[in-house]
Amino acid sequence: MPVTTIAGRDIHVDDEGFLAAYNEWDPDLAKQLAAQIGIELTDAHFKAIDFLRADYATQGETATLRRVSTLGGIPTKELFTLFPKKPAKKMAYIAGLPKPHGCV
Amino acid sequence: MTTRAAPAIVPNFDDDATTGRKLAIICSKGTLDMAYPGLILANAALGEGVETHLFFTFWGFDMITKSRMNDLKFTMLGNTATHLPQGIGGLPGMTAMATQRMKKQIAEVGVPEVPEFLEQIVASGGHLWACRMSADMMHLTQDDLYEGVEDIINAADFIEKTAGAQLLFI
Repeated sequence: MPVTTIAGRDIHVDDEGFLAAYNEWDPDLAKQLAAQIGIELTDAHFKAIDFLRADYATQGETATLRRVSTLGGIPTKELFTLFPKKPAKKMAYIAGLPKPHGCV
Repeated sequence: MTTRAAPAIVPNFDDDATTGRKLAIICSKGTLDMAYPGLILANAALGEGVETHLFFTFWGFDMITKSRMNDLKFTMLGNTATHLPQGIGGLPGMTAMATQRMKKQIAEVGVPEVPEFLEQIVASGGHLWACRMSADMMHLTQDDLYEGVEDIINAADFIEKTAGAQLLFI
């Protein structure tokens, strides 16, 4: 498993760069990960990220966009604004989780 | 064994590659089972940052007609993939039963019903278009159609709007 250095911290990632260890993540790292892909995090971003982290802890898989909007209570449109173009994957990356596998 | 890699490994979201990519999906079927492929692919494309247009025509009009969109059906008749004798499919009540069963299976995997799915597609930036000829044949106007439908347009308009798009006919 590759190890990469983000903002001076060594983290385990998969081949694409998504975090591979749930516990190596913290909100400060989230800010650094977001910066890598050109996103500056606000409270609104963290609401989605916190939902994703909590949901992963109970479900064992990354929530799809639909799950974030229906269960997390963040409208789809807003998710596309916060995490432009590819919200599901970008959210997962910043939240330190694998890419979502669900279709919808 | 771990390997050290530098510079930082960051996913390539390839935003630039999808800029300019377009997908056009023609929805021509009005059965419950055939409504979903177009919706699922549209939703997936939008989630990947691809500009997506759906054109509803002929039986596909049922997917966007307010009075019918909640009531699409699935029938075993003519569908050998159910692997049941075709005669059973023709018995009274079988279509309703098969429809209920399929709706339940779809709900179980967390996929919404057609109207809610269209709402999600529109919220994700998808474009819905209704076919002019179908509207005229069925005597329907924009008022009869789901609010998210942007306009009733003819085939040439759709071809023009989707210049350069990849196209799916369902």
